[in-house]
Amino acid sequence: MKRKPFQLTTPLGDEVLSLHAGDHVELSGIVYTARDQAHLRMKNEGIPFDPKGAVIFHCGPVVQKDRIIAAGPTTSARMDTLSEFLLDAGVRALVGKGGMGRGVRGHLKGRGIYLALTGGCAALAASRMMLRGVFFKDLGMAEAIWVIELDALPLVVGIDAHGADLYEAVKRKAMKKFRQIQNKKD
Amino acid sequence: MQRGFVFLPVGKTSGIQMIMSALFSLLLMGASGRSKILSALSVATADALREAVIRLPPDVKRAIERAAANETNPVAQGEFANILKNIALAEKIGVPLCQDTGVPVVYLTLPPDVPLTAGIYEAVAHGVRAATQQIPLRPNVVDPLTRHNTGDNTGPGMPVVHVRPGKTCTVTVLPKGAGAENVSRIAMLPPSHQYGIEGFVVETMLHAGGKSCPPVVLGVGIGSTFDGVAALAKEALLLPVDKMTSFEQEICDAVNRIGIGPMGLGGDTTALAVKVRTAACHTASLPVAVNVQCWADRRATREVVW
Repeated sequence: MKRKPFQLTTPLGDEVLSLHAGDHVELSGIVYTARDQAHLRMKNEGIPFDPKGAVIFHCGPVVQKDRIIAAGPTTSARMDTLSEFLLDAGVRALVGKGGMGRGVRGHLKGRGIYLALTGGCAALAASRMMLRGVFFKDLGMAEAIWVIELDALPLVVGIDAHGADLYEAVKRKAMKKFRQIQNKKD
Repeated sequence: MQRGFVFLPVGKTSGIQMIMSALFSLLLMGASGRSKILSALSVATADALREAVIRLPPDVKRAIERAAANETNPVAQGEFANILKNIALAEKIGVPLCQDTGVPVVYLTLPPDVPLTAGIYEAVAHGVRAATQQIPLRPNVVDPLTRHNTGDNTGPGMPVVHVRPGKTCTVTVLPKGAGAENVSRIAMLPPSHQYGIEGFVVETMLHAGGKSCPPVVLGVGIGSTFDGVAALAKEALLLPVDKMTSFEQEICDAVNRIGIGPMGLGGDTTALAVKVRTAACHTASLPVAVNVQCWADRRATREVVW
């Protein structure tokens, strides 16, 4: 059976550097949701929270009367070209689904990690969240930056600070297997 | 409509009067019976949607549980644990299990005494609007070009409604999320390339990777025409996933050999099941469509009673 998950609490520090792709973690503390629009505005107008050790969560939650109703992850790849300035400012972890591009893998090296949240698990995720505040509310429910306090959200390290990328490894293996299957048929 | 006859007036009336009265009564009851059918259909549509977005069908749950029990990859085991916890929690609290509550795809059967009218389509749309407000569902339906959101999950051509004759009146809903729908594909294969069907399905998942929220169910349509094969693929998703033919099993095994695993993080199960539906086609064609469905393989059926 697998090891007990590593416990992480924000703000994050050098403890993230020793984690490896495939490790299970439980994350507690404050995270900031951000999708395309919030990234663009932060890049142009500045980050409205202290980015040192912060965690960015790729998510457009359903919020009703100051409560998080559903909050699954969104596809992180859309933020591929919008994440470098956050890591430069001290952000230590990005949370989302589907993994990120090679560029982000490079920017994470020696600095931070990418954490995967199981897609579709909106009820589970919402049950570990408390809404604490909001920035850029004018961007609308899906695109605003929601300040959320997590209570042991179960995640897995998708990309680590050593340059290992689980998604990339799986894709490479899948392509090789597919070619083998095709060659056998032809 | 038959119920109208029960209320036929009896008594000392002339033949003509009786016939006139009977006809009037039939018309009247017909009309009110008709509105009863429509409102029952609307309620059944909303009920089916509520059931579908909160509770997975038993055969889908069994398939996920079985795959979870057989999984050997520790990362995938963790993903399965989250999925199973999420399914149980959504049921317990009574909330949608995924924030993408999809677009409504609806399948109707109509018995011989219920005619297909514009009112039938409007009743289904009314049910979708009610469900969107009451459950609530995320408003996902937009104009394809202006991207203006209608706010109620209906619009021109939406919900998608498929009608078939049947013994009873039933409504089946298949709320379809975008992540998996976006990676679905069609191929018009040369008829001599039957061996290419399996490769096309596997290649579809290779491109889809984690974006489709695996472990997926793959609806495969084979035959018909360019448009018909896509409908077949989606209809295949209505079939039970806990048993497969040897043909379906073979394709499923091939998909699982590439090891994409839950959420594209690697593992033994990429597809929970492959379901195939076929139809006759042109001798010079071999249409193949793959409709990808995420692990949240949501569907529910309600009988419409009035």
